[in-house]
Amino acid sequence: MVPLWAYLFLSAFLFSVGVVGVATRRNALVIFMSIELMLNAVNLSFVAFARFLHSLDGQVFVFFVMTVAAAEVAVGLAIIIAIFRNAETVNVDEVHLLKG
Amino acid sequence: MEWVLFLILALLAGAAAVGMVLQRSPIYSALCLILALFAQGGLYILLHAELIAAVHILVYAGAIMVLFLFVIMLLDLRPDDQPPVQFNRVEVLLGLVLAGVLLAELALGVGPRIILGPQGSYDLETLRTVGNTQAVGRILFREYLIPFELTSVILLAAMVGAMVLAKRKLE
Repeated sequence: MVPLWAYLFLSAFLFSVGVVGVATRRNALVIFMSIELMLNAVNLSFVAFARFLHSLDGQVFVFFVMTVAAAEVAVGLAIIIAIFRNAETVNVDEVHLLKG
Repeated sequence: MEWVLFLILALLAGAAAVGMVLQRSPIYSALCLILALFAQGGLYILLHAELIAAVHILVYAGAIMVLFLFVIMLLDLRPDDQPPVQFNRVEVLLGLVLAGVLLAELALGVGPRIILGPQGSYDLETLRTVGNTQAVGRILFREYLIPFELTSVILLAAMVGAMVLAKRKLE
């Protein structure tokens, strides 16, 4: 049987890749995808802990995370479309309306 | 056997995730992420979370990533407009140090000698007789009924918000 720590290491790796994506990429869409990857990495540890603790609460939490992720993507992509309509770009370095 | 499957799926998920960050074109990034999500669905099945695996594939690969691809095609982003992903030496060094710290923390905190807390009543035998979907549904609609109902408010707010934000302003 694959032990718990193997899943936790994989989850940490995926989360770190997501953090690197958010920190280095300048395309707003890829930043959003990296956020999705981080949410998924956390979901993986939830399910792994649920399996090894003989409990199903972790799996129920994954449902809530998925709901929030879906809502976040819908609103986030709508914001990206609105920004693209005004600024003609999705590069977050070129979007600085709030700087005044 | 389980180790072999785990290693294949884990390598696939990890490689696809790294590919997503390194790809210049957003559409390749999205396809890499879909591959990573499918591999993760396989890992859920390996963890005996069949319902989660099915919902994961449906919601992420079926709904969220299709939305991403729609937006990418709607915005018509050319790969040559995208600046290439590059790292300088200081960033790489800092990243390696941080990765080492995280690895050490994991090895010390949740490594092979992890001590788990009290265990619940849903072991594999129980799940095999009750069924994973039934067991999750029973918990979801009994102990987590109010949070479950509250998620409908989140979805409604997201739906209204997305429509208001993406709507063209009427002059």
